[in-house]
Amino acid sequence: MSATTTTTLLVAAPAARRPIAPRTALAATAEPAWVRRALIGLALAFLAFFLFVPLAAVFFEAFKKGWGVYLAAIVEPDAVSAIALTLIAAAISVPLNLVFGLAAAWCIAKFDFRGKNLLLTLIDLPFSVSPVIAGLIYVLIFGLQGWFGESLRDHDLKVVFAVPGIVLATVFVTFPFIARELIPLMQAQGQEQEEAARVLGASGWQMFWRVTLPNVKWALLYGVILCNARAMGEFGAVSVVSGHIRGQTNTMPLHIEILYNEYQFAAAFAVASLLALLALVTLALKYAVEQRVKRQRRSASGSTPGREA
Amino acid sequence: MFLSRTLLKRHSVLPGFDLALGFTLLYLGFIVLIPLAAAFLKTFTMTWPAFWAAVTSPRVVASYRLTFGASLAAALLNALFGLVVAWVLVRYEFPFKRLVDALVDLPFALPTAVAGIALTALYAANGWIGQGLALAGIKVSYTPLGVFVALTFIGLPFVVRTVQPVLEDLQKELEEAAATLGATRAQTFTRVILPVLTPALLTGFALAFARALGEYGSVIFIAGNMPMVSEITPLLIITKLEQYDYAGATAIAVVMLVAAFALLLAINLLQAWTRKRQGR
Repeated sequence: MSATTTTTLLVAAPAARRPIAPRTALAATAEPAWVRRALIGLALAFLAFFLFVPLAAVFFEAFKKGWGVYLAAIVEPDAVSAIALTLIAAAISVPLNLVFGLAAAWCIAKFDFRGKNLLLTLIDLPFSVSPVIAGLIYVLIFGLQGWFGESLRDHDLKVVFAVPGIVLATVFVTFPFIARELIPLMQAQGQEQEEAARVLGASGWQMFWRVTLPNVKWALLYGVILCNARAMGEFGAVSVVSGHIRGQTNTMPLHIEILYNEYQFAAAFAVASLLALLALVTLALKYAVEQRVKRQRRSASGSTPGREA
Repeated sequence: MFLSRTLLKRHSVLPGFDLALGFTLLYLGFIVLIPLAAAFLKTFTMTWPAFWAAVTSPRVVASYRLTFGASLAAALLNALFGLVVAWVLVRYEFPFKRLVDALVDLPFALPTAVAGIALTALYAANGWIGQGLALAGIKVSYTPLGVFVALTFIGLPFVVRTVQPVLEDLQKELEEAAATLGATRAQTFTRVILPVLTPALLTGFALAFARALGEYGSVIFIAGNMPMVSEITPLLIITKLEQYDYAGATAIAVVMLVAAFALLLAINLLQAWTRKRQGR
């Protein structure tokens, strides 16, 4: 690493001393203006076709038939109950994954133990499982034909085709989000500050609330934002376990699907525009928090070099 | 106490290891591992010929071909354009650059169902983009091409976000050295820059491919879902479930899970390679 830097510097140094016009020196490591413009145009055209225009289309289609239709689609009872269920599912699954994220990050980042890499891989597992399969596995366990199907029915409890199933599926698909944001940061920060707090007589919880948590709050918020966006927007996994009972087990994405399949396009896009708005707010918050996390991570890895795994 | 005594490699003054690891393992087990194991155990209740017949029937094989083919094509397109987008975002200045940069993550934040209906409306024969393509005789919505469009959308951020940081860290001195040694800009790009970017590019490609394989929400609206033609594998799993063919659905799911785990392993190796290349 340092050897290559030195050689490149040695090679580059005489070139810098040679009396050449600044313009040619610049041109040697930059592209001609037409290449630059063509690449920018190409990138923007690609993004336009696949990102910008679809995003604009959501809002355009939502307001195509005017404010009246838009508002009616949102305040309609089925839509309201779908919005409520979406909020409930997110309100349960995000805190659960938050507690998990903190616990997982605490043991992985601050301790050295056997099987750590395996644990890290297992935490990432839900990301590589198709949402449809995430729903299927809960049907296999809690469905009528499943492991606990009969005993659940005997006790008059419903998991699949009911709210608990929706929450479980949501927890599964958003499982790694918060842990993934916390682990690298807490690893970079090392354990000196916590050790100091302990030596100075802080109890375990005092150390956690006053040292650990303030140190990771931005990364935590970042993880919560991402986790929440996915929790509110999840479609495939929830679709499998929900049973699509209107007014009872429909979340917003499922409500959109039903409206769309009934050719109520303006109403479908109206509800969709709420989720698109949520996505935009998520991106804006994400961008703001990202800047802080980047700064924090840079200072953390600067103070304890070589800690980053 | 049991966990810390058996697993910890060295003693630590910090508290909470048993509690944190215990909770982590319990939660991981109940939410992820046991349910996933249920899928594998379910297939053991099938005889081998029944399993084989379920996962190799013509309709299922056609869905694999579409899912893997469209995912591969979409990941390749994303690798190419993702590199261009990352390059433009790191190296050049243009109006609204930061806004564009932030919007690249839209597919991560936008619910797949919303993306699905928006793309379908756009690429349908009477949609904004579909109209133009229809003149050229190209149909996108309700064809396999629609699957490709949806999978390109959801895989878009992966390559950009894996290549971008590597490109930012790239030492300008390397390019200067190449230039002083007489390399043209094109030679510098293919022989100096591209080799450094390759591991990240491959990682992004693999991540986009893996995400596309399991994708459901954005695809089903635009695909038309015709058996043998435009039916993706995740949809087939749902179709089997709705017919109460739990064993059949699980058998296909296990095939997809094995493919996903193999990819996860490949991605982990690629990421290790990326880190080594970056000298970290």
